[in-house]
Amino acid sequence: MASAIEVRGLTKRYAAVTAVAGIDFSVAPGTVFAFLGPNGAGKTTTTEILEGLRRATSGEVRVLGLDPWADGTALHRRIGVIPQDFRFFEKITPKEAVEYYAALFGTHPDPPDLLRRVELPDKAGARFDTLSGGQKQKLGLALSLVNDPEICFLDEPTTGLDPHARRAIWEVIRGLKREGRTVFLTTHYLEEAELLADRVAIIHHGRIIASGTPTEIIQAHGRPERLRVRAAPALADYLRQHLREPVTATDGFVDVELADSHDALRVLSAVQASGIPWDDFSTLRDHLEDVFVRLVGPMDDGALREGGSA
Amino acid sequence: MRPARIGADFRVVVRSYVRNPVALFFSLIFPIILIGLFGLIFSSIGSGSTPLYVLNEDGNSPLSVQFLAELNSTSVVSVNVVSSATVSPGNFAAWLGQNDYVAGLIVPDGFAANYTAHRPVNVTVYTNPEDSASEGAVLGAVTGVENAFNLRAACSTNATCAPVLGFTSLRVGSQVYSYIDYLIPGLIGFSILTSPMFSLVDITSSYRKEGIFRQLSLTPLTRGEWLTSRVLWYIALTFVAAAIMIATGVEVFGAHVTLTLGLVPFLIVGPFFFVSLGMLAGSVARTPESAALIGNIITFPMMFLSGTFFQVSQFPPYLQSFAHLLPLYYVIDGMNQVMLFANYTRALTDLVLVLAGSIVIFLLAIRLFKWRDE
Ligand SMILES: Nc1ncnc2c1ncn2[C@@H]1O[C@H](COP(=O)(O)OP(=O)(O)O)[C@@H](O)[C@H]1O
Ligand SMILES: [Mg+2]
Repeated sequence: MASAIEVRGLTKRYAAVTAVAGIDFSVAPGTVFAFLGPNGAGKTTTTEILEGLRRATSGEVRVLGLDPWADGTALHRRIGVIPQDFRFFEKITPKEAVEYYAALFGTHPDPPDLLRRVELPDKAGARFDTLSGGQKQKLGLALSLVNDPEICFLDEPTTGLDPHARRAIWEVIRGLKREGRTVFLTTHYLEEAELLADRVAIIHHGRIIASGTPTEIIQAHGRPERLRVRAAPALADYLRQHLREPVTATDGFVDVELADSHDALRVLSAVQASGIPWDDFSTLRDHLEDVFVRLVGPMDDGALREGGSA
Repeated sequence: MRPARIGADFRVVVRSYVRNPVALFFSLIFPIILIGLFGLIFSSIGSGSTPLYVLNEDGNSPLSVQFLAELNSTSVVSVNVVSSATVSPGNFAAWLGQNDYVAGLIVPDGFAANYTAHRPVNVTVYTNPEDSASEGAVLGAVTGVENAFNLRAACSTNATCAPVLGFTSLRVGSQVYSYIDYLIPGLIGFSILTSPMFSLVDITSSYRKEGIFRQLSLTPLTRGEWLTSRVLWYIALTFVAAAIMIATGVEVFGAHVTLTLGLVPFLIVGPFFFVSLGMLAGSVARTPESAALIGNIITFPMMFLSGTFFQVSQFPPYLQSFAHLLPLYYVIDGMNQVMLFANYTRALTDLVLVLAGSIVIFLLAIRLFKWRDE
């Protein structure tokens, strides 16, 4: 089956900034694709190009086989979009907004049913300017579904929301996938990408620096598995003399990189043979988060951890 | 253009509007306040002294000159002596009417001679009943000065104290319009200008900043449909505002305006023009702040110089020439022609000008207005 989204050598330059610097990726139909990156990485720019809201500087983009900029009108009937920071007419209620969109698209969704799906039924009659951030975002989600889209674009749908609203939106996204829709999601929350996405692309300074399933990314970019024991740094010196594996000592722990899990036994024997007191042994494996931090650097605004539950 | 989409968007516009008390106030209540304010200031209290045009047939005799000087010193009227070369006594009433003058006076030949000989003599006063305030002022002033003359000249020497000086009051034949009559078309024009301009400039720039236009660009709604539903709404609003203003003007301030179907095209084309212009101004601006500035630069001169509160014909010539460059001038002039003068030829010229301008501005606005950036 052809890709739902196909991107080759996409670049976008604003006057002075190169926001997207030649990226390639494709998204298979019916999958959830997460575009993960820090603020200013180029996520929104890429998303808007895919939606036909911005013109690419160069490169080739196909969404459902269409050129989004040239064939926007045809494409827009088949996609659903929630922009980052969704805004709407202030005095209009969610129910009226759904009816409005239905009239524009010429579709016949059941407004109460649609609002229930995004967990907004009790606010159906409240004016937009009285809704909370999460409720506004849910309305955006509802409106993006009015035309029964094949692809849903969600640009940072949960940024700034409380954990409860965030989970509600995750549930809706899972539902979209179950219904067979393709989901293109941008986020700077690792947990979100790990939980929802079939495939992830990490974008940084306009370039994709890693992509694949979370496991593939960890394999390709993560450090090898490590054996960790709690011991004094003297143990590290001892092990460096007796083993070929790289050894590091930090915060009262000594870590030994394992090329292969089977080496663990040999390393532990060496630890025991050293005669230096130790306890608490464990093996460490990189998570997407560790890979992200190694590739992108620690996030200045702490956003990286904000999204995680740990 | 799909009527269903225009209809759906129209409902959103109406709801947004009627749920916004400030917008409603400025569109419907504010013009009434203006009518009240300007109506009171200019028609009841009066704008100082009423100009009184005088034809002195008594050859500027000292007594007639003194009579006029005393009239002038009442400061209720200001005497302007008209040369007999300008107009003859027979044509005086018609001449006053043509020039929109509300008050005139003829001092007859033999005024001084008869007065001195204690023979009765009458001056003739012309006033316009349409303008009751000035009529009262003029008749009051003339009566007062006459009494003084009678007392001084007659009663001091004559025991019977019979008045010799009297006046004949005549009414100016041709229709003369009062301030409030001009104020009605003027303020309808004011409302046609300000309601759409201020609102469209604002929403065109702020909807873009907030991304609402990009949101709409993802739906099948077209820019032409979006603009059309706004035009329709402001036409509806103009009809309501005009009805309220006409009713207030006629019922409360005794305005005399003719209600004809000739008014209808102006209530349609006027909003069409200014909705398009507002959107154009909002589209060329980069930020809501600069949009507001551009909007004000366009709106403010028109608000005062197009015949809204002040008649353009009373401006100095250079301001009149400037007023003739303002689109609103033609809207208001056209409404004056149909509501006051029944001059449909001139109204049609005005209408054609405004309509042609509207079409150009509408097309330009749709061209320059972008849902999405490059
Ligand atoms: N309209 C624009 N004009 C100029 N620069 C822009 C514009 N939009 C975004 N940028 C710049 O492009 C880069 C990528 O922005 P964006 O795509 O919004 O990133 P993200 O969504 O990942 O936070 C940033 O450096 C941003 O400042
Ligand atoms: Mg963004």
